[in-house]
Amino acid sequence: MFGTALIVFREVLEAALIVGIVGAATRDITGRSRYIVGGIVAGIVGAIAVAAGAGVLAQLAEGMGQELFNAAVLGIAVVMLAWHNIWMSVHGRELSANAKKVGGEIRSGAKTMSVLLVVIAAAVLREGSETVLFLYGVALSGEHSAATMALGGALGLAGGALVGYLLFHGLLRIPIRHFFTATSVLVLLLAAGMASQAARFLIQANVLPSLASPLWDTSAVISNASLAGRVLQGLVGYDAQPAGMQLAFYLTVLLVIWAGMAWARRRSGNST
Amino acid sequence: MLRIAAALLMAVSPGAFAAGEPEFSLVIEKNRFTPDRIEVPAGQKVKLNIDNRDASAEEFESVEMKVEKVIPPRSKATIWVGPLKAGEYPFIGEFHEKTAFGILVAK
Repeated sequence: MFGTALIVFREVLEAALIVGIVGAATRDITGRSRYIVGGIVAGIVGAIAVAAGAGVLAQLAEGMGQELFNAAVLGIAVVMLAWHNIWMSVHGRELSANAKKVGGEIRSGAKTMSVLLVVIAAAVLREGSETVLFLYGVALSGEHSAATMALGGALGLAGGALVGYLLFHGLLRIPIRHFFTATSVLVLLLAAGMASQAARFLIQANVLPSLASPLWDTSAVISNASLAGRVLQGLVGYDAQPAGMQLAFYLTVLLVIWAGMAWARRRSGNST
Repeated sequence: MLRIAAALLMAVSPGAFAAGEPEFSLVIEKNRFTPDRIEVPAGQKVKLNIDNRDASAEEFESVEMKVEKVIPPRSKATIWVGPLKAGEYPFIGEFHEKTAFGILVAK
């Protein structure tokens, strides 16, 4: 049962961290919980569909379907996070300054929420489909009773959700004048980390060369197999042994989003 | 124009860099890898062909080799690894880590 719980926990962790960050970053947007829950539900439905179609997916693109699919899902999430951060760099301050008064703001709040719904759904879908396949395998093996399996799964899920919740609450304690900066930096790093993961899948599919791998090795300090390593990987894209291509993706996304934020802020500064 | 598109498509299609890289085979049966130790050449990409003969899915994972891939029940999967520096690289079947593990040695 604890084996089951541990594996489910590991799979859920990354998605939980993402939900925690999105939940905190959107705290002044009305009706956000509906979108967050909607994203989770859509992700779970998608995860079951992907798990059911895993055999088909695996055979696509000369056996590289799974890698390309993962890279594409990560890529979509990166674009959505970029859009959100650029949008927030203009509207974030107004939102927290005179929170949720103007109807127009609520409408544009809905726009960024639907973008973040996609981010959450993508995260849940990716991690969830593996969880579904794993639990299905456990059920098939018949080694454990249905009750033991359900309990193990629920424990793992609760553990992951708890970490996400703690992150969410920790973030809400940041003083309001630093809050906006803190969450946009987090979202920026989250997007860059996802881009680096996408690069890793493309290398694994042999679509991209790795360009010097590993570039460095800090696995003796914090290994990606450890809990700290997993949390850092989920939050900021930490990789103990990154390939050069991963770093290139990471830095490119970081720079492009940062430049987009600076551009949007300057443009809105001119128009008002 | 079409020719350019075709060339681009070729360039991004999986295995674009494939040029007779060495291949190695692994079998998953009863949640174990056979062989559980394989030697591969260091410094070049290698192709691992994994045949999962079990009724349950397995996730081939190696933090050291930077790969993770779900292999559906009763199916075969290809995983590209490396180029690796000389050394030992442990791998596991994450869904059955108590029995499914092995080591890849790059020389």
